[in-house]
Amino acid sequence: MAGMSGRMSTVIKAKVSKLLDKAEDPSETLDYSYQKQLESLQNVKKGIADVVTAKKRLGMQAQKLEQSVVKLDTQARQALAAGNEELARTALERKQLAQTELQGLDQQVAELQAQQEKLTESEKRLRSKIEAFRSKKEVIKAQYSAAEAQVRISEAATGVGEEMADVGLAMQRAVDKTEDMQARASAVEELEAAGTFEDLTQLGQGGDDIDRQLAELGAGGGVDDELSKLKAELGTGSDKPRGELGAGEQA
Amino acid sequence: MIVRIMGEGQFRLSDEVRERVNGLDNAAVAAVGSGDEDSFHEAFEEMLQLIRAEGEAVADEDIESSDVIVPPADTSFSDAAAEFTGDGLIPD
Repeated sequence: MAGMSGRMSTVIKAKVSKLLDKAEDPSETLDYSYQKQLESLQNVKKGIADVVTAKKRLGMQAQKLEQSVVKLDTQARQALAAGNEELARTALERKQLAQTELQGLDQQVAELQAQQEKLTESEKRLRSKIEAFRSKKEVIKAQYSAAEAQVRISEAATGVGEEMADVGLAMQRAVDKTEDMQARASAVEELEAAGTFEDLTQLGQGGDDIDRQLAELGAGGGVDDELSKLKAELGTGSDKPRGELGAGEQA
Repeated sequence: MIVRIMGEGQFRLSDEVRERVNGLDNAAVAAVGSGDEDSFHEAFEEMLQLIRAEGEAVADEDIESSDVIVPPADTSFSDAAAEFTGDGLIPD
């Protein structure tokens, strides 16, 4: 039998006919239905505004990540200059992790932007449909007998209801996606926050759970490369004593 | 027949196009059935393109309900598994 389409149309039609059953008088039903549509349109607008806000917030999180990449890079240099290679390695591992996340985040923000544009387009379409319904209902009221009107109303309301459900679902998807990204972004942020330099100096070379996880994620290779590059830059000076570093200061 | 691509709007399809869409719909169902993700995306993408290219967009002022509702273009394979079942979107 029918796949998804059948089910969805049925759900929408059920909702609409429930709406229609509420009033016996066709002209009352039409006006009521129109009111409901306007309310839904308001909700859609609010929803789009939510998506825009969420997108901005994600952009800000990306900015923060960018800053922490710079900070971790500085910290790695400081650690190496102080001769603490272990610490430098950890900082670089975190930097790579943050960079990876940053790339993902940028891409997702762009995706969200595209979705927002589509959503705005749908909202515009819905508005025209509701506008069309408004004029149509006046015609129906004027021209038809009650029985005929009921059929016409049901047809018209189903058409608009479908568009409404469509926009609503598209919005729900955008919101879900945003929440997903936000959860991810803040998880990384937390990880980064937990791994500030202060904590590291306290831990010394021990390597706690986070360190091990980070080492796994960092996948070694890139970090080694970067570490030797840093060493070359700094002239491998490792005669300075350890622990002389400020907590997370910029260079 | 009127088809809605979710998030994009409605399109009116001729019988000839409807048959071609139906063929792709069935191919998508088959791909989902055999767990072939690549074939699914291929068939689904082609189906959407066909609807957009050959279908006539329904004007915003026209209030008509759709006969078939097609999931959005960025439908994932796992989502598709729940939707492309049996006869697919278009009942045979």
